[in-house]
Amino acid sequence: MDVELLARIQFAFTVAFHYIYPPLSIGIGLLMVVFESLYVRTKKEDYHILAKFWTKIFALTFGIGVVTGIVMEFEFGTNWATYSRYVGDVFGSALAAEGIFAFALESGFLGVLLFGWNRVKPWVHLVSTIGVFLGSMFSAIWIVVANSWQQTPAGYHIVGEGMQARAEITDFWAMVFNPSSVERIWHVWLGAFLAGVFLILSVHAYYILRGRYVSISKKAFKITLIIATITSLAQLVAGHASAEVVAEHQPAKLAALEGHYDESAAADMYLFGWVDQEKQEVTGLAIPGGLSFLLDQDFEAPVTGLNAFPADERPSQVNAVFQFYHLMVAIGMFLIALTLYASFLLWKKKLFTKKWLLWVFVFTALLPQIANQVGWFSAEMGRQPWVVYGLLRTNEAFSQAVTANQVLFSLILFFAVYALLFLLFVYLLNKKIKHGPYEEANDEDDDRPLTKEISEVVTG
Amino acid sequence: METILGIDYPTWWFLVIGGLFSGYAILDGFDFGAGAWHLFFKKELNRRIALNAVGPVWDGNEVWLVIGGGALFAGFPVMYATLFSSLYIPFMLFLIFIIFRAISIEFRGKEEMLWWRRLWDVSYSISSIMLAFLLGVVLGNVLQGFAIGENYQYTGSGFFEFLNPYAIMTGVTTLALFMAHGAIYLLLKTEGAMFDQLTNLLQKGMIFFMVSFAITTLYTLLYIPHLSDDFKSAPILFAVPVLTFLSIANVPRLASKKNYKLAFFFSSLTISLLLVLVAVELYPNLLFSTVDPKYSLDVYEAASSERSLGIMLLFVAIGGPLVLGYTFFVYRTFRGKVKLDDHSY
Repeated sequence: MDVELLARIQFAFTVAFHYIYPPLSIGIGLLMVVFESLYVRTKKEDYHILAKFWTKIFALTFGIGVVTGIVMEFEFGTNWATYSRYVGDVFGSALAAEGIFAFALESGFLGVLLFGWNRVKPWVHLVSTIGVFLGSMFSAIWIVVANSWQQTPAGYHIVGEGMQARAEITDFWAMVFNPSSVERIWHVWLGAFLAGVFLILSVHAYYILRGRYVSISKKAFKITLIIATITSLAQLVAGHASAEVVAEHQPAKLAALEGHYDESAAADMYLFGWVDQEKQEVTGLAIPGGLSFLLDQDFEAPVTGLNAFPADERPSQVNAVFQFYHLMVAIGMFLIALTLYASFLLWKKKLFTKKWLLWVFVFTALLPQIANQVGWFSAEMGRQPWVVYGLLRTNEAFSQAVTANQVLFSLILFFAVYALLFLLFVYLLNKKIKHGPYEEANDEDDDRPLTKEISEVVTG
Repeated sequence: METILGIDYPTWWFLVIGGLFSGYAILDGFDFGAGAWHLFFKKELNRRIALNAVGPVWDGNEVWLVIGGGALFAGFPVMYATLFSSLYIPFMLFLIFIIFRAISIEFRGKEEMLWWRRLWDVSYSISSIMLAFLLGVVLGNVLQGFAIGENYQYTGSGFFEFLNPYAIMTGVTTLALFMAHGAIYLLLKTEGAMFDQLTNLLQKGMIFFMVSFAITTLYTLLYIPHLSDDFKSAPILFAVPVLTFLSIANVPRLASKKNYKLAFFFSSLTISLLLVLVAVELYPNLLFSTVDPKYSLDVYEAASSERSLGIMLLFVAIGGPLVLGYTFFVYRTFRGKVKLDDHSY
């Protein structure tokens, strides 16, 4: 295998693995702030317990996020040296801002957040929690700004030629607010919230089903469900806004998302389908002219198709881009339906009687994770063959000095270590969930017999 | 060329990076050092105390690495890309060990079985040792120079070229330095028999450091002449090694007086001064080519544009005091001896 392919596999593997964790940290962080604020305001111990419990799980996701994040940063230099030289000047300020305003904020307050419960006043602790949460939100901003610049470069000029060519910043704010960054930041934030809130819903649904920590879990479930419903709906808006930006600035990617080949014809919107890349056809269920309508409010409006671009300036893996994108959209729609239905039941006070629905929530924790992954896969594969859209090709960006054997060596090591890391994560998460938010001997509901609590779950 | 206080932007950024790496080396240094001593503690309770001495801070300390790496990428992208792609294997090993170390810290306390805890103790200690060693190895390669050819491409060969005698010596020296530094940190965090054991270990650590530092210094003076160029042109710079030696000598003096707080300050200062020494040896270069001096990279060639550096320096001016402020706040919150509670590892 050649260096480029190995480097791409390694980057895709390590970044996909990394991206399990930061969204969880952001999403759980949001609820930690909510629970702890409620505690500081109301002084109710339940919220304190919830804040502490989710902080423990946050600690786990944050720790793995940091170590796998260091890997990402190093890989820019080790595997993508040409890319790093090319974009360094432009990314420099974004990265510096991330380091100083985001990472330092997170790391500074993290110790107090995790270990300072008994050492500082409640409001000081709350400030630390908010500090860590804001830090994680900021770091999402800067990393998405950098990636968005790769999708829709702005505020730069090119200096030098050949191997010496590089982009230099001309306008910082034009770089930060490049055409796609604002829409994509919202999209990524909301995706991260969804990852966190659905894990919280899953765990508390599980407790309720198992008859453990029931009253506290119901409280947590209700609050989190409201946030999940708002977030799922908002994601529809943010996702649509992102797609409009893609349509305007990355027409080849947009065409790949829907498998639209015709140079200039009305484009359908598929609910699902399969792209035959040889025949340039999609088989599946479509709303005729749906994509045209979404973009221009006209079922007949022409949309630029893949064939309008030379073969070496458009993505080659059209079916993969199509499938990843449609899976993401399908999950988003499912989450909206699920949360709206559950909110309706909550309003009717029937939510906790529907056992099957709670079981659905237990497993739904995986769906936002999958949506985040496949969303990024379609965004990054849809940008190909460019690493910086229209400027630098992926096959020119990797480190020329690194050999295939070296990358193979590191790739195998990463597979092994990440397998262990993932086992660790599942093991520890399971252990923390089994252990629960507090020692059950102190359960304030414990004076009631357990059977009564279960019957309450079943009958409402 | 734009300047602030008569110093141009690339040089300012060189100083910023020096400051960040100093911060990182001081913080993760005691952390790795404490880990390197881990197997010297035989009792389970002592190992837990040692682990929890770094428990609240190791994660945050590693964020300094992220920031330092980011600053290098941001300010000197050409140097960053060339260094990381040239020393591919040591950087990959560093990543693997940093993950292993995190895994060990998290896994260890989760089961009671003796074999389980021993396994993660060994893995924690070995990864700490290797991380300190690899940082020194990278530093050694940077000081000595390596095979950079045309277009910043590494032209060396082989998996293990990075593991040359000089790099091994700087690696061992870094390990020894961190072990002495880590021992002092643990002294501040422990009491009783463990404290007594550590006073003994600190002595050994300091002897280990002095010997390896002396050998490395001799090697540098004899075989790596390009590093002393700056001293010849500006003899005032001899103040740096003199101050470094004084600072080093002050550590055992304060330790024998049992003033460990001040000893920790001076071992931190020693780490900073050693990096100042490295900076003086390098400047204005960042990387030396052993192929041809014309392929060496200096700060001006490696730097981002002035506009980019200007923005970043502004960020540092705004954000730097904030960072120092809350770092101080955290260490104040956790000052004093380790107390194990139900939030501990």
